[in-house]
Amino acid sequence: MRALRVGGALIPIALIPLAFIGVFFAWPVVTLLWRGLGADVGGDGSRLGEVLANARYQRIIWFTFWQAALSTALTAVAALPLTWAVANRTFVGRRAARVLVTVPFVLPTVVVAGAFTAVMDRFGLNSGTVQLRHTVAAIILAHVFFNVAVVVRSVGSFWSQLDRTPEQAARTLGASPWRAFRAVTLPRLRPPLLAALSIVFLFTFTSFAIILLLGGLGKATLETEIFRAALTNFDIPTAAALSVVQLVAVAALMIANTALARRASHQQRLIGDRAQPIRGRRDRVLVTSAIWGTALFLAIPIMTLIERSFARRDGFTLANYQALRVRARQLPISALDALANSLAFAVAAAGIALLIGGIASLVIVHGRSSLSRVLELATLLPLGTSAVTLGFGVLITLDSGVFDLRASWWIIPITQSLIAIPFVIRSVVPVLRAIDPTLREAAATLGASPTQVRREIDLSIGGRALATGVGFAFAISLGEFGATSFVGRRSDLLTVPLAIARLLGRPGDLLRGQAMALSVILMVVTALVVVIGDRFHPSGKGVL
Amino acid sequence: MKNQTTLTATILRAVALLVSLVLIAAACGGSDDASGAGASDSATGREASDDTAAPADTSEADTSNDVAGDADNEADTEADSAPAANPDAGNTDACPTIRLVTHDSFAVSDEVFESFTAQTCIVVEQLAAGDAGQMVSAAILTKDNPTADVMYGIDNTFLQRGLDADLFLPYSTVSLETLDFDLLLDPEFRVTPINYGDVCANYWTDALPGEVPTTLDDLVDPANSGQFVTMNPETSSPGMAFLLATIARYGEDGWQDYWQQLVDNDVSITSGWSDAYYGEFIAGGGERSIVMSYASSPPADVLFADPPIDSPRTGVIFDSCFRQIEFAGILDGTTNVEAAGRLIDFMTGLEFQEDIPLNMFVYPANTGAELPEVFVDFGQLAESPLTLSPAQIEAGRQAWTERWVEIVLG
Repeated sequence: MRALRVGGALIPIALIPLAFIGVFFAWPVVTLLWRGLGADVGGDGSRLGEVLANARYQRIIWFTFWQAALSTALTAVAALPLTWAVANRTFVGRRAARVLVTVPFVLPTVVVAGAFTAVMDRFGLNSGTVQLRHTVAAIILAHVFFNVAVVVRSVGSFWSQLDRTPEQAARTLGASPWRAFRAVTLPRLRPPLLAALSIVFLFTFTSFAIILLLGGLGKATLETEIFRAALTNFDIPTAAALSVVQLVAVAALMIANTALARRASHQQRLIGDRAQPIRGRRDRVLVTSAIWGTALFLAIPIMTLIERSFARRDGFTLANYQALRVRARQLPISALDALANSLAFAVAAAGIALLIGGIASLVIVHGRSSLSRVLELATLLPLGTSAVTLGFGVLITLDSGVFDLRASWWIIPITQSLIAIPFVIRSVVPVLRAIDPTLREAAATLGASPTQVRREIDLSIGGRALATGVGFAFAISLGEFGATSFVGRRSDLLTVPLAIARLLGRPGDLLRGQAMALSVILMVVTALVVVIGDRFHPSGKGVL
Repeated sequence: MKNQTTLTATILRAVALLVSLVLIAAACGGSDDASGAGASDSATGREASDDTAAPADTSEADTSNDVAGDADNEADTEADSAPAANPDAGNTDACPTIRLVTHDSFAVSDEVFESFTAQTCIVVEQLAAGDAGQMVSAAILTKDNPTADVMYGIDNTFLQRGLDADLFLPYSTVSLETLDFDLLLDPEFRVTPINYGDVCANYWTDALPGEVPTTLDDLVDPANSGQFVTMNPETSSPGMAFLLATIARYGEDGWQDYWQQLVDNDVSITSGWSDAYYGEFIAGGGERSIVMSYASSPPADVLFADPPIDSPRTGVIFDSCFRQIEFAGILDGTTNVEAAGRLIDFMTGLEFQEDIPLNMFVYPANTGAELPEVFVDFGQLAESPLTLSPAQIEAGRQAWTERWVEIVLG
């Protein structure tokens, strides 16, 4: 493995991501679980057995699993039409579509849940024969809403660069477009699809606010139950036992997932954007319905939100936006200062995710097999870990000497980056694995120097995926709530999602209006960041 | 594998760029803190009505200086080595820093802690730790190496948990005699009451189906079927307060029947206050006319109304009120007990106490503190609020909430 020279010593490059995950994730979490299960005072961890034998917890584990599986499957189905459209057709607004799907990602759940409830009320889905309020269906709908972007963006960017020759051959041999897709394209899309779906699964497996807000009482998952044990009942042993169950389940599923992805990742050829203009009426109908179908689903709650940010009892107003400059009494700093905080954290978190995720991706693709597998799993686990476990773990471990990070500025972006790194890796790895060696050889034959070959091919193809991952990292950091609230922080380091939650904690039109306006600004900022990221990725062309 | 080299180099270049951006951003953020404090003094513009903002700057400032002055004298006799009080305004480099951990709902006017620093040469660094339950749990977990010197915001529903874990050092504040005696729940003075308020059902005045509800029993009246929305006690503090109110009123056995009647009367349960008030209550476009909220919600409704209104649109069902008291305490393990004590003195003094109502919409524990006009006009407290002792609450909580879930889910 390649090494990096740091202060005269050679450090194997693979150690950087391992050390990062080790210090900021494994050490805190293991310490907390160890203490929670009583192992540090000679306990035998019997609570774990009790939890597993308890019928109620068995039901909770099963529900956590199936709601996540169903959410993931439906996200894939819902994302497929738009993914197909952006990957295969060039059309006006193609880039905008890719940007817009990302927006829901950063919206605070409490705001989206409010918008969902309002939409369901407007369409009569909360009363009468169809009742969505406090149902599993409402949970799953919201999960799909938040996660469509993951599939559209990462699978879309892979698909658009896929060599179309095999499909053309299948069509020439008489296969229908659908059959060509199913038999030829879909198997080749499996690596990025599995990667994206693993992320969606982890997100929905550990989802917290959506379960509570939209599911209502009695829809307990491992995540909400860990929260309940640790905070309502201050029963740390049970919380630790449930966290162990959560971690083991996540690890097992991710091992299976990566094995599948590895097996599927061979015969791809990625050769740059292959999307074609729309041809014919049928094509136009398909593309248009794919775009508008997804847009309607995503836009209705967003439009509700925008409308609310301008609304007041007797008409419309800009007051909610103007008020953001001044500190509201409920906030330690003004909403705009919170936005500045959020942006600084997002830049730092995306930077860390780019560094650690980028190096980890190279090690995963080119490193020794055992190391590669360990790293692939280790970087995914934080996404499947409860915010309570991680936050409390940080509080009891990173508390002295050089690692005294409690209440420091850096602990926030570091924690956020733990959640963002998997996005970088899962965007980049499938693409790096699929770069066609003949493409490099061809370029060399045509007279390109080795450096040119790498820059033109590896970077333009791998870089695009890297940009996708970093864009996500940015968005995750901007929208992150749980871990940020649990690691403990200086009051003036308020972020936008936390500010929104606080503004919504008190009666008053002005405060609620400000919360809505701040949510809209968060969406706009995210959209801008994604646009800029898409434009400035290393290939310089910004095709997708 | 040569491609690795270039990709690594590019990644490293990009990271270097990002890191420098972060440093710039962090630097700007840092200077914002310093300048922002002065810039945002005007607080919430229009809402900070002149009547309420002015007194804090003038007459009352004298009295609070006196209180703090007494504290200075005492402290000076104890420790001559303590840094001199009243340093040059603005230059606080040599002043010790004390860390105050609070729940996320803590709010104070900028000038209040600045004034504390000017009086005592102690700089207050504020830490936010989530909601009260989260804060107390985290404090217990980090007991050996606390994140802060002083905790503010532990309330009577979590107090016993903190006391049982020996989180606090005993301290009796210099303002002890001016505090409302009923609020002193800990005879050993490990915690000091700072403020209190009532958590009560509110109704929307214009949309009641029948008579104005005045009692807990009215909530189970069929005339109010489908009108009431409250919160899950496991995830919401007003939800917990309401459950405790029903237990305090109807007793260990009676509360379960009462809740069964609430369920039969189509009560709605949300996970938090925001989704109840803004989702299901009429205030946010919902259809229910009665919501679990606070006795201070009507003044807040007036203060933050847009366009302005003359009187609140909501009323309070005082019979349903549960008294919530919030405390501050010195965390065992602090390295600066003396400074921590002076912060507690300051928080119970008039300057801080009179700043409380308009920032946190609760009432000051200091009986000498004057209330802002909007509280005098529209705020009201229950005459005999429901309550349970912290020990009863801690002992009963888990069994009660588990039983509650069974009843509500049917």
